[in-house]
Amino acid sequence: MTTRIVELRRGILKKNDELAAGLRASYAAAGVLVLNLVSSPGTGKTAFLEWTLRELRTHGARVAALVGDLETDNDARRLAASGAPVRQINTHGICHLDAEMIGKHLDGWEGVTLGGLDYLFIENVGNLVCPSSYDLGEKIRVALLSVTEGEDKPLKYPTMFNSADAAVITKMDIAEPCGFDRGLALRNINEIRPGMRIFETSAKMGTGMDEWLAYLEEKRGGWNG
Amino acid sequence: MHELSIVASIVDTVTESVVAYKGARVVEVRLRVGALASVVEDSLQFCFGIATEGTALEGSRLVVKTVPVVMHCAGCDADVELDGVQSFRCPRCSEPCFDLRQGRELEIEAIEIDEMNEVEETV
Repeated sequence: MTTRIVELRRGILKKNDELAAGLRASYAAAGVLVLNLVSSPGTGKTAFLEWTLRELRTHGARVAALVGDLETDNDARRLAASGAPVRQINTHGICHLDAEMIGKHLDGWEGVTLGGLDYLFIENVGNLVCPSSYDLGEKIRVALLSVTEGEDKPLKYPTMFNSADAAVITKMDIAEPCGFDRGLALRNINEIRPGMRIFETSAKMGTGMDEWLAYLEEKRGGWNG
Repeated sequence: MHELSIVASIVDTVTESVVAYKGARVVEVRLRVGALASVVEDSLQFCFGIATEGTALEGSRLVVKTVPVVMHCAGCDADVELDGVQSFRCPRCSEPCFDLRQGRELEIEAIEIDEMNEVEETV
């Protein structure tokens, strides 16, 4: 027997990264801005996205959404009420979306082509750990947290918040009864991802949404394919 | 808990890599895991034992090397190592750092294999 060391230097998620790179190239070629929304379960991703889809459609934008969930299609049905095309991805127990699932669900999506969209939103499975490892080819990763979750969420999930491009605080309409310490939450986000854009919103009241829509438009405008 | 998916991917990659070494047995798999990679070593070890059963990796050791976070500090114009992942500020000048240079790694660095010698093979 001879012992030998074989250098591999191989990324464990290489297959996902390669698929994501392919997706990123096809999004760019189609000129569609793709956003990946991540948060804990119950943060209000669906309500926030419902509002966003409706408003963007009112402004004449062409939008669609892919929504990941372990089992039900409840979120897809809620989002479809906005009038936007929505496709459910059931992961059947898998705690994150990966690039392969996205590719499969983009193929054969009736009535939807990437070239016919301005924005594609991907609502990830509610989980702040595992989705951080899986690139979906998105241009913008949005981490959401609600005022009910505790201001230290960014410190507890630094990988997710550090890999995000924007943060959205949801349910601002109930911040006061929840005793939400706004200054502390902003400081914590800034500690983990200095300089990140932060939106303080309430989908229920429409608070902070103009700023969010302006950000989307700005990012879309700066998107040169 | 995506460690099982990660371990499954390790098993696939290593299995492919040892095909070239006829009759080789995998003794050790060495990983480099960034402090920001979101994987837990205990979970990896647990899943590794299960996922390697009946494969070329059965009975092998999993060795995990943690890679610290390194940021580029614009003020100091230097790459600086962070003490942890609770504050992304330069440990020298305390200014916020925006540019991550290291810490998200999740890779198989190398494997150690026992190869059968030619003589043994012909016997």
